[in-house]
Amino acid sequence: MIRPRKWLPMPLLSVLLLIVWLLLMNGVALGHWLLGGFLAIVIPLITKPFWEAQPRIKKPWLMVRYFFRVLLDIVVANLEASKVILDPLGRARPAFVEYPLELQENFAITMLASTITLTPGTVSAHLRMDGTTLLIHVLDVDDIGDMKRHIHERYERPLKEIFEC
Amino acid sequence: MIALYTLMEGIIAFFLIAGSIFALIGSLGLARMKDFYMRLHGPSKISTLGVGCVLLASIAYFSLLDGGPSLRELLITIFLFITAPVSAHLLSKSALHQKLERDPRTRGNPEELQEDDDERTLEETPQGSSKLP
Repeated sequence: MIRPRKWLPMPLLSVLLLIVWLLLMNGVALGHWLLGGFLAIVIPLITKPFWEAQPRIKKPWLMVRYFFRVLLDIVVANLEASKVILDPLGRARPAFVEYPLELQENFAITMLASTITLTPGTVSAHLRMDGTTLLIHVLDVDDIGDMKRHIHERYERPLKEIFEC
Repeated sequence: MIALYTLMEGIIAFFLIAGSIFALIGSLGLARMKDFYMRLHGPSKISTLGVGCVLLASIAYFSLLDGGPSLRELLITIFLFITAPVSAHLLSKSALHQKLERDPRTRGNPEELQEDDDERTLEETPQGSSKLP
């Protein structure tokens, strides 16, 4: 992990910007590297005052595992949602679920809320102002307690490990 | 060489068709679902996979055509995965704020949707002098 320095306040953001630039240019010529590197250093310096303090990612390799898990779940989610939509009788068991959050970092909560929206049958609808309850709308659910446990085991626990908060 | 092209053609066609079917189902969800919150599920999830499939087909096609990997489409996918949940969240947040009607089968009664009876409009309030002593 690169340590933040004075001229490089957010190393991760800089690396990300460089990758995005190279993808955007669709090439790895020297010129693209130079301009991309320049932007990757200048943009974080200019935008630094706007940023909230970001939590340190303690375990990047868990992040990779999490990414692929979510990717797989997105496919499953789509098949399940398609099943509900195409059901000829229009059967669905929607519900509002209040999910108590254990995460505290804003960024980690954002990740969890986005994951919930992208995965099976759930859309995160509202984060209460106190930041401890996430309101989730579920398209088709049998056992609400079971679903909460599923979210906790599959997504919240790994996120907690990644950010260690 | 011919075999490779045929194979790639099959893969590209598969992703294109799968993507369009998912996009179709997602839009169908808009029409078939009963209330706003249920309608939100279609576009926020299914369209993501629909567009994802089409972009995969695009990556395969242009990689084959240009003879090198074309990864620009990956960016679109990443941005889509970041923005789709946020917009869905904001939509449902504003729906909750407006207290939009929900399907009667919906379980759970969040406080955001409960009507508070304390606030009455001017027309509903009795006018004139107070009856209290």
